[in-house]
Amino acid sequence: MFSRAYKAAVAIPPIFWVAAFLLTPYLLLFCNSFWSVQGGQVVIHNWGLQNYKNLLHVPVYAEVLLRSMKIAGGVTLLALLLGYPLAYYVAFYAKHKQLLYQLVIIPLWVSYLVRAYAWKTILGTDGVLNTLLQYLHITHGPAEFLLYSPFAVVLTLTHIYTPFAFLPIYAALEHVPRNLIEASQDLGASRVTTFWRVVFPLSIPGVIAGATFAFVLSLGDFLAPLLLGGPSGVMISNIVVTLFGAAYDWPLGAAISVCMMLLVIAILFLTERLEKKWSFT
Amino acid sequence: MNAGRRPLWLRLHVIVVFAFLYLPIAILVVYSFNGSGVGGFPPHDFTLNWYRALLDDGALWDSVFNSLQVAAAAVVIAVGLGLPAALALDRVNFPGKAIFRRLVLLPLILPGIITGLSLLMLVVALHMRLSLFTIVLGHGTALISVATTEIFAGLQKAQRSQEEASLDLGANYWQTFWRITLPNLKLAIIGAGLLIFTLSMDEIAVSFFLIGRENTLPLEIWSRLRRGMTPEINAISTIIFVFSLGLILLWYRLRKPGSEEWETAARAVEGKA
Repeated sequence: MFSRAYKAAVAIPPIFWVAAFLLTPYLLLFCNSFWSVQGGQVVIHNWGLQNYKNLLHVPVYAEVLLRSMKIAGGVTLLALLLGYPLAYYVAFYAKHKQLLYQLVIIPLWVSYLVRAYAWKTILGTDGVLNTLLQYLHITHGPAEFLLYSPFAVVLTLTHIYTPFAFLPIYAALEHVPRNLIEASQDLGASRVTTFWRVVFPLSIPGVIAGATFAFVLSLGDFLAPLLLGGPSGVMISNIVVTLFGAAYDWPLGAAISVCMMLLVIAILFLTERLEKKWSFT
Repeated sequence: MNAGRRPLWLRLHVIVVFAFLYLPIAILVVYSFNGSGVGGFPPHDFTLNWYRALLDDGALWDSVFNSLQVAAAAVVIAVGLGLPAALALDRVNFPGKAIFRRLVLLPLILPGIITGLSLLMLVVALHMRLSLFTIVLGHGTALISVATTEIFAGLQKAQRSQEEASLDLGANYWQTFWRITLPNLKLAIIGAGLLIFTLSMDEIAVSFFLIGRENTLPLEIWSRLRRGMTPEINAISTIIFVFSLGLILLWYRLRKPGSEEWETAARAVEGKA
């Protein structure tokens, strides 16, 4: 029903823009990862795998990537543990569904940077938590381990990404047919059995989607580790930022970015297939 | 399963999670009124000095003004391209459509710094100067994804038959677009615009690499955080919070209360990812 001219008019501008300002930059990043730096100042275009070899041979990169994945894994687990029962409550028990739902979303509208900063004021040496503990005579000096540790990063990122885990789980639970639950209970299954045999399996696609959000988003985070992580909480994005700034090695930074990009795409591909496998509709 | 018998542990869990989500925000707001600085329990010396200090802070207001300009321009670019992109995804079959869709959505899920530094490479390759303009380019391009998903969802809900009728009755494509397609998408477009505006106001990872001499608000806050914590930052954050809350309320008011309301919000948050 739409003419060729109409189709061209709606398709060509976005295709052109995306090719110019998304595809080209990503391809430049890819190319850059095969170049190298000479004399610490100039990027020269001698193609090779030197940056990728470098990544394999210098243990610190693998270590930091592994730590980032551990932190992201911890955040994912905590976000699911906090988010799933919350979603379950809102979907099945809450009297004011809309209100509770929106209460989960509202923190997302507070600047991410500002929330990370708020955790810093809570966890710091002179922070709210330490002074509170001393005020209550629970501790006598400041507990220094709270800030500048992977723990602080995990806590902050969990705070930020729990709503992201909550949303798809809630959507999945909300779509569980209520008559299936009634049928299960009518046929004599207990609440617990009904949950594990009926509700939970049907919510798995939501759990997978929520876990993907939490994992992928916290994996690439760089502000929380910079603000709260200290040396022991450095994550892979921080290394990229350093390589593009003070350390000036764009090609190596590009190589790490390409690896992150491939990792993220692989995770998305995998979870998409898992979600399909578990969806019953 | 009815609202009657709620297990105690589940209720406790819900209270704990909400405390966890709101505690930092509450503390942020409380300490913006604290005379003796950030931290220290209990807070004392209630004061409005930090808000007063904000008024005289020229650099901060410059950055607010910069951010407002950037966000407005990003909305124009992202909606201006997201609308045709959504129409194209809905009604045009072209080679590479699947790749196009994935590419448009990629900035949503990819770490922001990767999109930011990829664009930096383009800027360097083109010998452009870093300025607010490059930030607009970055935000506009990255947020086409949000506009496309929101407007595409709006298109799925609108009825194609109205457009068919309009064309059958002799209106041309242009008239049909202005009189039928666009009015049907009004809510989706306004929603996308508000969302893109707030996302751009808060964006930091893409901006980080594209910043010139003039700061946006989040980057101004960021550069101050590195110098040390002051309740002035709490004060400006409280103001931004109230402002964003106003925008989100406006957004909800625009939508008719209905069952799919939460779905729209879910897409919005996925957009924020």
